[in-house]
Amino acid sequence: MTKEELEALTVAKQVDARGTACPGPLLEAKRAIAACPVGGVMEVLSSDEGTKEDVSRWCGKMQHAYLGDIEADGCWRVFMRRTK
Amino acid sequence: MSDANDTRDELIKQLLARVEALEAKAPKDALTLGVMSGDLDYTIASFIIALGAAAYDMEVDMFFTFWATASLRDPKKSAKKNLLDTMFGMMLPRGSKKLPLSKMQMMGMGPVMIRNVMKLHGAKSLEELMKDAADFGVRIHVCTMSMDVMGIKKEELIGYPHMDFVGVGTFVDMFSKSKQCWFM
Repeated sequence: MTKEELEALTVAKQVDARGTACPGPLLEAKRAIAACPVGGVMEVLSSDEGTKEDVSRWCGKMQHAYLGDIEADGCWRVFMRRTK
Repeated sequence: MSDANDTRDELIKQLLARVEALEAKAPKDALTLGVMSGDLDYTIASFIIALGAAAYDMEVDMFFTFWATASLRDPKKSAKKNLLDTMFGMMLPRGSKKLPLSKMQMMGMGPVMIRNVMKLHGAKSLEELMKDAADFGVRIHVCTMSMDVMGIKKEELIGYPHMDFVGVGTFVDMFSKSKQCWFM
């Protein structure tokens, strides 16, 4: 998805994991996914660059859809869709 | 024609039986971690890997043996011990906050410095990682032989919700059924 498409998404669940290092953001994502409705978009905010790849691979394993990420002000907005 | 059908049915039956047998033997989506090191850095790495696997919905079992058993001591708790066990207990770190580093120990300054640096970078402390591990259902199995040798008693260990006391047989059973086994 392009940056514009990602920014236009309606986010059902947002997780702010900024300021926490690995494995903080991944654990926050894991905790928060239960509160995201199936089919909804979850956004993970992280100040740890590794989160992009971690969440992308985690989505692959958990069969969620990884949508992409946007870098802004030294942080990353990571988007995914809960599929089940 | 009916002979051909019978042969085919028999073949399917045999294949199904073999698939079932294979499924029963297949390793679980689980990680077994043997933790022997009583060093702060190795213990932190063990818990980070355990938590990463738990986030992937893997079952995680940690087997704490030898030096690692001392990291589960609670400094606020004590237990009745004989002289030898008391002496051993005095030489072993009294809980996670007293663990040394495997490198750059610098007479006790190293662990303090690394904890401060990790905090500065937003990394979780070992104690926070242990709490997360409890939340995510990571199981800790403590080696009873090590406890005997080190003179460590159940009464002086941290209150961890998924903890039990086992021998190497349990460790072997756990890693033989899990996809991954690591030893730290």
